[in-house]
Amino acid sequence: MRKSRIEKTLARWAGRRRRPRVIPGFGLTMGITMSYLGLIVLLPLSVLFFKSLGISAQEFLRMVASERTLAAFKLSFGTSIIAASVNTLCGLVVAWVLVRYDFFGKAFLDAVVDLPFALPTAVAGISLATIYSRTGWIGKSLSGVGIQGAYSRLGIVIALIFIGFPFVVRTLQPVLKDLDPQMEEAAACLGATRAQTFFKVLLPVLLPAALTGFALALARGLGEYGSVVFISGNMPMKTEIVPLLIMTKLEEYNYEGAIVIAAVMLIFSFILMLAINLLQAWSRRKMEVR
Amino acid sequence: MRKPMTGCGKALLFSACLVLLVSGFPSAAVSLEILNVSYDPTRELYQDVNAAFIRKWNEETGQDLVIRQSHGGSGTQARSVISGLEADVVTLALGFDIDAIASRTGFLPRDWQTRLPNNSCPYTSTIVFLVRKGNPKGIRDWKDLAVPGVEVITPNPKTSGGARWNYLAAWGYSMKARPGDEDAARKFVSAIFHNVPVLDTGARGSTNTFLRGIGDVLLAWENEALLAVNRLGRKEVEIVVPSLSILAEPPVALVEGVTRKRGTTEVAKAYLEFLYTEEGQEMCARHFYRPRNSAVAGRFAGQFPKVEMFTLSEMFGSWEEAHQKHFSDGGTFDRIYQ
Repeated sequence: MRKSRIEKTLARWAGRRRRPRVIPGFGLTMGITMSYLGLIVLLPLSVLFFKSLGISAQEFLRMVASERTLAAFKLSFGTSIIAASVNTLCGLVVAWVLVRYDFFGKAFLDAVVDLPFALPTAVAGISLATIYSRTGWIGKSLSGVGIQGAYSRLGIVIALIFIGFPFVVRTLQPVLKDLDPQMEEAAACLGATRAQTFFKVLLPVLLPAALTGFALALARGLGEYGSVVFISGNMPMKTEIVPLLIMTKLEEYNYEGAIVIAAVMLIFSFILMLAINLLQAWSRRKMEVR
Repeated sequence: MRKPMTGCGKALLFSACLVLLVSGFPSAAVSLEILNVSYDPTRELYQDVNAAFIRKWNEETGQDLVIRQSHGGSGTQARSVISGLEADVVTLALGFDIDAIASRTGFLPRDWQTRLPNNSCPYTSTIVFLVRKGNPKGIRDWKDLAVPGVEVITPNPKTSGGARWNYLAAWGYSMKARPGDEDAARKFVSAIFHNVPVLDTGARGSTNTFLRGIGDVLLAWENEALLAVNRLGRKEVEIVVPSLSILAEPPVALVEGVTRKRGTTEVAKAYLEFLYTEEGQEMCARHFYRPRNSAVAGRFAGQFPKVEMFTLSEMFGSWEEAHQKHFSDGGTFDRIYQ
């Protein structure tokens, strides 16, 4: 009798926990998830924050609010957003072509999409600088019409477009594959114009994935160092990106300065990512309501 | 009954396994081994030096020696040593980087630079100009770099050790021309850097930019310039030697804190001293570094152009002072771009 209450509670506990699952192992997988995230992501980032705690607020502000740092922040976020936007639009077209049409060499083209992932970023930077500098193929014609390709802000955007390109294509492809062409046919049969079919039928389904691709490309662009330093020219106030500024501080053994800038960069990136995620959740909900 | 705890328990177990896995790798117990942490352009030099020294050490002691080398930007390399890379010897581009290791780790005495002959620099170099074939812009000396319309290529002194020598050489030139006039020197160096269209982060990056056809003149280490012209057969560029330049002294040092722990003090010391022997000095000269040994210098005299040089200490005092004044936050270099 005395045991029964405990037993009952336990049975209830067990009953709740042992809802049958097809694949068991919640405990183990959750354990791995936590250790993995902790070791790989949170531990290094927490070091950054603990280190920046030792810096006084005044010092912090002085380091962040300098004209040069602000210029670098504007440049890094500006160019990353532009590059991610371009990639989202063009990536949509590329993904569409790769999913919807069959043509000779499709598998080859599909593999080419991943190349920017595989190429060491320094190699990408040097090749792009060679092509877009005023003696290079494309740079020559660009400078003919008064546009400076490499060693300008445009150069940074070009590098970021290159390294961020696969993200949008790869996130959109599976969604497009799942999208039944009959939906478009149905829309057309029901009298929708082409524009209406695109904006009312296709876009709402594609938007969440496109936003994910945008966010990934943006995040990659914000952190990119290797390729950009070869093509940007690295002029202070003009083409100096935040990661380079951090490297510069490190080169002076100014660890505090580097940490402060990195922490601010991280906070902004996190807010931006959160905003995009919320937007994505919102667009998904809106689609489901429909 | 066990169940509620398993998530946490297994997580702990898993982490413990990971830690064991990471720390448990046996450190390969081969024969005697030392690590030389160096900067970028010395790769080929130390490959030769290492092979020769391994042979010599084996003849003298019978021990098999392995020398590993690591190359990268001088500052980056110094930071690796500070954060735990176990270098037995460091051979970097500037004394400032070894100063930083000494003051942040205590592995070296503060006066490390007095421990070996010639300011701990077995070889030296200087800063020269590389121009396009035929020198179309007629660049002869530092003052020609400040002329509007001339494009100068140099890496960023903030991120490149070599570029700091460039900057200090230009500053020193102005100070010699107009002694005591720092304002003039700042304007002069400003004018040069306003002619710089691309500030690469490292010396090799700048060399690439220049060979790609950007700019009229590249400020370069003499050893890199000689390598580009002689070895790589770059027919489209030629070297111009300015009337005055800086004696660039890339120092070497024993990292006692590491060698004492690893029991490699003796061999690491012998390794650095080998650089000063006639054999070592000849290797330096063959790789276009100016040797200190006068006999060797005499034999290779034809290879190195005659140039009047001033030293860092006579013009700027110590690296600490030079860095504070010119390359720290808000220093003279930062003010160029404000």
